[in-house]
Amino acid sequence: MKLIRLRYKKWFNILKDGISRQNPIVIAVLGICSSLAVTNRVDNAIAMGLGVTFVVMASSAVISLMRSLIPGKVRMVTYMVVISTFVIMVQMFLEAYFPAIATRLGAYVGLIITNCIVMGRAEAFAVKNPVRYTLVDGFASGMGYTFVLVTISIIRELLSAGSILGFTILADSFPRWTVMTLAPGGFFVLGLFIWGFRELARYYETE
Amino acid sequence: MGNLFEMLLASILNHNIALVYILGMCPLIAISTNVKNAKGMGIAVVLVVTITALINWPIYQLLKATQTENLALLIFIITIAATVQILEIFMERFIPKLYNAFGIFLPLITVNCVVLAVSLFFVNREYTFAETGFFAFGSSVGWMLAIILLAGVREKMATHSDVPKGLKGKGITFIILGILALAFIGFTGIANI
Repeated sequence: MKLIRLRYKKWFNILKDGISRQNPIVIAVLGICSSLAVTNRVDNAIAMGLGVTFVVMASSAVISLMRSLIPGKVRMVTYMVVISTFVIMVQMFLEAYFPAIATRLGAYVGLIITNCIVMGRAEAFAVKNPVRYTLVDGFASGMGYTFVLVTISIIRELLSAGSILGFTILADSFPRWTVMTLAPGGFFVLGLFIWGFRELARYYETE
Repeated sequence: MGNLFEMLLASILNHNIALVYILGMCPLIAISTNVKNAKGMGIAVVLVVTITALINWPIYQLLKATQTENLALLIFIITIAATVQILEIFMERFIPKLYNAFGIFLPLITVNCVVLAVSLFFVNREYTFAETGFFAFGSSVGWMLAIILLAGVREKMATHSDVPKGLKGKGITFIILGILALAFIGFTGIANI
């Protein structure tokens, strides 16, 4: 009963849209620039996904707080400054507590700034809505994003190293697919993943 | 000199920024439906990437001297946005023909990951000024090569092939990119960075 009542609340719809119906990667193919390259291991993908989630939530909230103060003409620059502040925070946090992951991600953490999702949510949602909804919206898009990254990385790590998060799953007799750690593996898995997801969601592109 | 040439070759072929480092995907997919637009976008990227990397390098040395490297990200993104803006105004005033040809692509470049990535890579790998120049030029030419190849395939495919419904558009583009990336792996060993 409770769940049915929940369904009509605004924040529940925002949450659902972000994860499934408007999943930023699968439906709109936004923001994979900065992270497809690091999905060759599950822990990288988790770190990247959570980093992006934090940046989307924090920057959307700040922009939503300032939305009546930002003049229309300089809004893009303002977003950039707000977003890069949070990205620098993520970078410093990773370097301090997870140095191994920080080295492996390298320049890709900094590239969260150019992740279209962050900018997209700021422009499309945060400037028009109060803070509490932007937090839900940021969380939903971030989680939808993390979900895709982690799924892709599970497939890639399993096929290339036979393990998930470093725990061996497949027997040694299973041939290791080296190509899965390289860029083509990422492209193929994402392409097929989009296909599968779209068949499930019955979302088709017309060209 | 040989070292610099090797760097140029490596950043175009076996360290291709689009097909090996998977960067600049949004515009790569959005603007690769025909070869003409792909060419325009490619040339604009070459121009902006090379110029911004050469501007960002001295700025980074300045930041290093004052021990504020943490701000690098913020400064880089502002430099890039400003450079694109100035380039646009300059081109509109002095070379209007060129401006009309790829004016629409210029504003889009600010959000192209390649531009920022090249600046971040020279920081991570501690390049000298000359190395940065060759690396930036090579990477952007590599990106242009990738987008033109992709656009060529997509243009032919639009009229000649029967793609499953769900795979149309973005899905099949990733598969094409995967095959292109496989081909580029064949260049491994040509040169090192």
